[in-house]
Amino acid sequence: MTQLPPQSGEGAAVKLGLVIDLDTCVGCHACVIACKGWNTENYGAPLAETDPYGAAPEGAFLNRVHSYEITPEDAPARIVHFPKSCLHCEDAPCVTVCPTGASYKRAEDGIVLVNESDCIGCGLCAWACPYGAREQDPSEKVMKKCTLCVDRIYNESLPEEDRTPACVRTCPAGARHFGDLGDPDSDVSQLVAARGGYDLMPELGTRPVNKYLPPRPKDDEIDVLAPLLEPVAQEPRGFLGWLDRALERL
Amino acid sequence: MHPAASLLIFTTASGLGFGLLALLGVGLPRFDGLSAWAFYSLGFALACGGLLASTAHLGHPERALKAFREWRSSWLSREAWASAATLAVMGIYAVLHLLWGLRVAPLGWLGTALCLGTVVATSRIYAQLRTVPRWNHWSTTALFLGYALSGGALLAGQVTAALLLLILTGGAQIAAWMDGDRRFAARRHSIPSATGLGAPGGIRQFEPPHTGSNYLTREMVFVVARKHVAKLRVIGLALAVLLPVGLLVLPFSHILAALAVVSHVAGVVVIRWLFFAEAEHVVGLYYGRDPVRR
Ligand code: SF4
Ligand code: SF4
Repeated sequence: MTQLPPQSGEGAAVKLGLVIDLDTCVGCHACVIACKGWNTENYGAPLAETDPYGAAPEGAFLNRVHSYEITPEDAPARIVHFPKSCLHCEDAPCVTVCPTGASYKRAEDGIVLVNESDCIGCGLCAWACPYGAREQDPSEKVMKKCTLCVDRIYNESLPEEDRTPACVRTCPAGARHFGDLGDPDSDVSQLVAARGGYDLMPELGTRPVNKYLPPRPKDDEIDVLAPLLEPVAQEPRGFLGWLDRALERL
Repeated sequence: MHPAASLLIFTTASGLGFGLLALLGVGLPRFDGLSAWAFYSLGFALACGGLLASTAHLGHPERALKAFREWRSSWLSREAWASAATLAVMGIYAVLHLLWGLRVAPLGWLGTALCLGTVVATSRIYAQLRTVPRWNHWSTTALFLGYALSGGALLAGQVTAALLLLILTGGAQIAAWMDGDRRFAARRHSIPSATGLGAPGGIRQFEPPHTGSNYLTREMVFVVARKHVAKLRVIGLALAVLLPVGLLVLPFSHILAALAVVSHVAGVVVIRWLFFAEAEHVVGLYYGRDPVRR
């Protein structure tokens, strides 16, 4: 069924999702590997590789970490690591384009999933997703995407602390948070409110459930004592001064 | 977007086929007997060949019938229904005409409407995608219809109609190119809107998430050099519109008409290649590809 589930009153529905803290992420890619490991051994077709030990290794991943350099005019440049997986959009375009009903959004918790035995591998859902969250498996030829570890979070045979997505469980920096973003009192909703969590590409109207927390501003002053330090020579003197003048004359 | 051969053949051949069948449905050209057989066969061969080619794009072609399920929300599913219905209705119309010499006009009109509906559904698969601003516009549908009908008219030997349609479609294509070139910027997609970070020009990709390519970069982050785009547009338009128009205004001969068809089809293939290759998907922004400020 590729129609989106009806929304039962604004704010009433459970919306499971992730909150990703761009201030804290150190770009170690541990979440990428934990995700690949769990999702290769569990739910659905394993995530395949092509040419894994050759010159051009390539494969399907459900989570990837980009890195950007930001150069503000009035502050030093900085690097921001940017993990990205399915945002479990409320208005998920990947679901409505699917001709077979393989792509669907669960009414009970809002998780967007693919029923792999119905997928014809047309790729249209990957085209419809703005975020590059869907990749076709190179050997199974079905669409793969983040399941929010649906086979962990409700799994009573796991210890309670493991009933969270593999990426969240593994992140050594605590940059990933999992919870119900439909409940304004949940920890994740509070975190989003406190830190000004935002949507990616809001202009496309997908209404992602996952939120991103912006990097905190860095301290402006490098050292409070820095202004008291003796200034270094502005004009080169001695040998360097001579060299400077000699080169100048050439 | 990656210009896959299967999709080029699909959109070009099925467009031509349904364009020709649409004209046959309204009784153009008025042939009977052997020539009628030839026209119907050509129409069905193109339409079916195109549809068959489209299944080569699927990861699991053996499950293709499942695509009929979600017609309520999916244009791809609607396209499947529309093409099946068209082939059925036009099939009955053709059999009645060819075997019993009966032209059931209302059935033909229904077939024509279904042919056009199929082309619209095909175009909507692309035009619906908000992630590809260049496609996400009604002009995509107008052009798919324009090329289908002008190709159909050329194949059906309808000289006046073909001339008119070619000129209209060519003009619309130029307008769509000019408008499409501005749409990504007009929609305000940028690396800052994609990431929520920095200001335009104040952010760049530092390192990609993976060393090689992946499904996304191969499917969606396809870039053609601007100078090639300009040349290919001229070549495509010359072959698809200008040359056929020139050949059609000359005194009619079968050789010139055939040449016009060949040139038109070659031009449409070039233009379709560009349709895919030029189309920028917003996911490229995450890979540092900002088509507005490249
Ligand atoms: S992030 Fe992409 S795959 Fe996930 S729900 Fe949104 S559109 Fe669909
Ligand atoms: S690739 Fe599979 S899940 Fe995606 S739209 Fe096609 S059939 Fe649906």
